[in-house]
Amino acid sequence: MLIPHPILGPRDAQEFTYLGDAALMLRPDPTQDNAEAAFSEYIYFRDNPVGIHQELWFHEQGDRSWLVVTRNTTTHEILSAELASDVKRKQEGDQ
Amino acid sequence: MKFSGLKVIGQALTGHKGWKPLWRDPAPKSHYDIVIIGGGGHGLATAFYLAKVFGKANVAVLEKGWLGSGNIGRNTTIIRSNYLLPGNQPFYEFSMKLWEELEQETNFNSMVSQRGILNLFHSDAQRDAYRRRGNAMLLSGADAQMLDRDALREMVPFLNYDNARFPIKGALMQARAGTARHDGVAWGYARGADSRGVDLIQNCEVTGMKIEAGKILGVETTRGFIGAGKVGVAVAGNSSRVMSMADKRLPIESHVLQAFVSEGLKPTIPGVITFGAGHFYVSQSDKGGLVFGGDIDGYNSYAQRGNLPVVEDVLEGGMALMPMIGRARLLRSWGGIMDMSMDGSPIIDRTDVGGLYFNGGWCYGGFKATPASGYAFAHLLATDTPHDTATAFRMDRFERGYVIDEKGVGAQPNLH
Repeated sequence: MLIPHPILGPRDAQEFTYLGDAALMLRPDPTQDNAEAAFSEYIYFRDNPVGIHQELWFHEQGDRSWLVVTRNTTTHEILSAELASDVKRKQEGDQ
Repeated sequence: MKFSGLKVIGQALTGHKGWKPLWRDPAPKSHYDIVIIGGGGHGLATAFYLAKVFGKANVAVLEKGWLGSGNIGRNTTIIRSNYLLPGNQPFYEFSMKLWEELEQETNFNSMVSQRGILNLFHSDAQRDAYRRRGNAMLLSGADAQMLDRDALREMVPFLNYDNARFPIKGALMQARAGTARHDGVAWGYARGADSRGVDLIQNCEVTGMKIEAGKILGVETTRGFIGAGKVGVAVAGNSSRVMSMADKRLPIESHVLQAFVSEGLKPTIPGVITFGAGHFYVSQSDKGGLVFGGDIDGYNSYAQRGNLPVVEDVLEGGMALMPMIGRARLLRSWGGIMDMSMDGSPIIDRTDVGGLYFNGGWCYGGFKATPASGYAFAHLLATDTPHDTATAFRMDRFERGYVIDEKGVGAQPNLH
């Protein structure tokens, strides 16, 4: 698999390590009332979809940036990749 | 029809014209006491033990393809009970005992072969860890034996003992471990269940679940609605997909694991050898092919095929362990989809929907568990209480802090 790195261009997926669902960027608020249940859901439970999946890849043997990669889990086709920092900025802009 | 040596000889003398299909091909009835989703190893074993041990015959197994078309036909056939933790090891030893009597129980040749497993170690620390594991195995009633380098060399002289990075210092051996003919296991359970009245319904994909007032009433399928008193889900690989029909999220990611087989060779590898440090394990099938594999690819996948970096990694492991493997030619490689759970251990439990039961999260260790998984799931479905050896496999163990994490790597499925 080649990951289209937004800064470095196409890079071999072997240079990256995989963390998992990009929903891991949406950390629950530890001060809210149901924080314990929310954290257990956040840490242990996943949507695990068939098809399009947004996921976190770390460019460990490269520029050490975190990417949000959109990939099809049935074909391994990679549709896009963005810097996770950009995605985070957009998420915070939405709030 | 009962299989026996006499029967085989009789058929051989009369042109093999008297063999009958091993199971019926029934149309689904409108209602069953128990419906099992998934006609793989675990689903068929569940149906078999429900009928044989718990006297439940009004049971159907629904399979979207053909029987045994999933992971029971795609694994590397190893059976063993060499786990460490108290939540796991008694269960796997129970499974090992069921393997030992499987062929008599099902009257079917599943080719269970107790040829032994060797887990190699390369350092003092690993020796200590395996000694501890061996002791845990002995405590559960399993067998375990530490082999030093000389004893190991006598048994498997062809390994590279002086590898610069991972010199081989010895091994933990379980002599009762071995291999079984994976398809034969599915067929034996299917035939045994069918002959006791279980309906095995193929080409019948579950497309929805009918749940009212917190209780399941049946399943929608490509062959119409089928009512059920209880529904058991045993579809590892696709657990999240099926349980999403009941609006459930699971502590599971689906990952692809690859396996490989070489051309047929003369007998060369006596048992199963695992080289954990090099991400490689190997055995030899009765047909002569070297059957081997390594790590999962490490990213979410439903593709049933992997990518080349892991092929390279596995073959490098093989070359490092036993350089002679370089002379063999690779015949086939394939992939299967694993339910990778958040602690590397399975789940056999009720759900909060009345009558809906779940069996999954087997990671890459489901094959060896097939008999005990079926037995324990049948126990749960029939009596509503978990089997004695499966009490730790609860769905809520994550939020309660009772994870069963053999490797101690935390909620990171691609590291288990």
